[in-house]
Amino acid sequence: MNREEFQQTQEAPYKPLTHTVSWLKKNLFSSWKNTLLTIVFGIISYLIVKNSIVWIFFSADWQVISANFRLLAVGQYPAAEVWRLWICLTLSSVLMGLSWGLWKGTVAHLTIAMVGMYTILGCLPFVMTETRIWLLVNVVVLVTAYVIGKNRPKLKKPLLIAWFLMFPVIVFLLSGFGVFNHVGTNLWGGFLLTLLISLVAIVFSFPLGLLLALGRRSKLPIVRWFSIGYIELIRGVPLITILFIAQLMLPLFMGHGIDINNVIRAMVGFTLFTAAYLAENIRGGLQSIPRGQFEAAESLGLNTAFKMTFIILPQALRAVIPAIVGLFIGIFKDTSLVAVVGLTDILGIGRNIISNPQFLGTQMEVFLFVALVFLIFCNMMSYASRRLEVALGVGKR
Amino acid sequence: MFKNFDADISLELRKDIVVCNNVNKWFGNLHVLKDVSLKVKQGEVVVILGPSGSGKSTFIRTVNGLEEIRKGEITVDGIPLSNDISDIEAIRKETGMVFQSFNLFPHMTILKNITLAPIWVRKWPKAKAEKIALELLERVGIPEQAHKYPGQLSGGQQQRVAIARALAMQPKIMLFDEPTSALDPEMIKEVLDVIKTLAGSGITMLVVTHEMNFAREVADRIVLFDFGEIIEIGTPSELFDNPQHERTKLFLSQIL
Repeated sequence: MNREEFQQTQEAPYKPLTHTVSWLKKNLFSSWKNTLLTIVFGIISYLIVKNSIVWIFFSADWQVISANFRLLAVGQYPAAEVWRLWICLTLSSVLMGLSWGLWKGTVAHLTIAMVGMYTILGCLPFVMTETRIWLLVNVVVLVTAYVIGKNRPKLKKPLLIAWFLMFPVIVFLLSGFGVFNHVGTNLWGGFLLTLLISLVAIVFSFPLGLLLALGRRSKLPIVRWFSIGYIELIRGVPLITILFIAQLMLPLFMGHGIDINNVIRAMVGFTLFTAAYLAENIRGGLQSIPRGQFEAAESLGLNTAFKMTFIILPQALRAVIPAIVGLFIGIFKDTSLVAVVGLTDILGIGRNIISNPQFLGTQMEVFLFVALVFLIFCNMMSYASRRLEVALGVGKR
Repeated sequence: MFKNFDADISLELRKDIVVCNNVNKWFGNLHVLKDVSLKVKQGEVVVILGPSGSGKSTFIRTVNGLEEIRKGEITVDGIPLSNDISDIEAIRKETGMVFQSFNLFPHMTILKNITLAPIWVRKWPKAKAEKIALELLERVGIPEQAHKYPGQLSGGQQQRVAIARALAMQPKIMLFDEPTSALDPEMIKEVLDVIKTLAGSGITMLVVTHEMNFAREVADRIVLFDFGEIIEIGTPSELFDNPQHERTKLFLSQIL
């Protein structure tokens, strides 16, 4: 018998089928103390569940959400120009669908979640017919792009470039810049603003954080001291302060001729803030790479750039995916702080709605809805990170 | 594949490919290499022996610039080793190194591990690099493992992949830094067999090892290190059967 056979023929330990009653007895009523705890918590959970159900389905006035749905989604963005947002979403759907076809795996799961969300949104009773049509268009576009992308692996590089070009295109479409009617950033709001600020912060802080992390380990003293100074300065100051500074100081640095709008200022603030924390996370990953990996890469004649790109960074980043995604989730939620500098993200809109006399006494409904939106998106991010870890074999290879 | 010199010329008449002159190195106050001078001929197999902590590993790592030296000169394949990174990289292109702890890249398949440097440093087309990689895997006896990850292989297999990875750059010199010290006893032989075949192929080799029988079998010359100095240099029979120096006798009596 060889070793593999030996391992396979080892019998699994005998495990009796647990009867429901004996399971209950063993886990919930094993002693009088446990019985007491079970009863007390049973009553408490019953009350919580019962009252929640009664409130959600009978007492709550969900009209406040349906009546203000557009406001929560896009803020004061003019109704006549909302088609531009739909174009943005449809473009993203094209790229998302292509990515689904090309990379499958995690992207597939996320895209399917997107399709699911579009569908649920389209089936809600109060949305306008126009919205339903656009959502349907998006689902169709996504699936079509998936079919197109499935058999064309050569599209990978252009697709990545397209994803990076998406940001300027979206900003262009949203604000108009002369081609379309101008929509001032003071009108951007709701979930649109939340999403835009956090996406920009995440995408742009990544290269910045990477450079800072490498800079902090650099042998060149000026680069190293600049990185350390930047990271410690930003980490030593509360996010709100940075937002204020970005609002008030950025115009000073830029001189009088250039007027940078509010939203861009907030985006800059968030990006600078995120980059400092990201740099420290990445540095942690870099420190976890054994010296032998550096030496092996060097002894093969790889220069510093190749060594970092192919050997060190892939391993370092892989090791800190949970920390990085945790940071991104935090940033996504922290975007609600933009309220202090006069921007109205989804939470800000919510607060405006409940201060409207027409919707008096609907705080619970509004805040619960906002919480639900954050919950869904944060969970999608953390799901994506777990899938990514599995795909990259963290802890296995 | 490796005979980039006229192998018919006897060893004494060949050119020196590695020249070390009065190499000195300190770790803090510890003088780890004291005036080490050694010349290695093309195609020569030099085995470095010595007690642990004698500086033999440090010495072999100075040859491809993994350890900086404080004083002295090292010339490899006609290129003087300096602080200039382009010189160091030029030398590293011509010297393959195999480490005690394998140091394979865990996030890449075996094939990617082997083809990475040929593709990006030698600028070979991918197809050529992969063809050579598969030939090398065949040569070290594990062609079927090409698409696995290092973590799925045994220690002996990993070390053979590491040898193939170093050979893929078609180096003129191979440095082995205790290649079998981290292996289970039953895997040492498979790795030593690969190195022995290689020694017969005419490539220049510097090997730090504790395997005495292997040293006696493959070495053209043996160098004995102790306390950061070269104590004695000689052919295997000279050194093992008729050691001149007291410390060589002591070392051999402890090992054999």
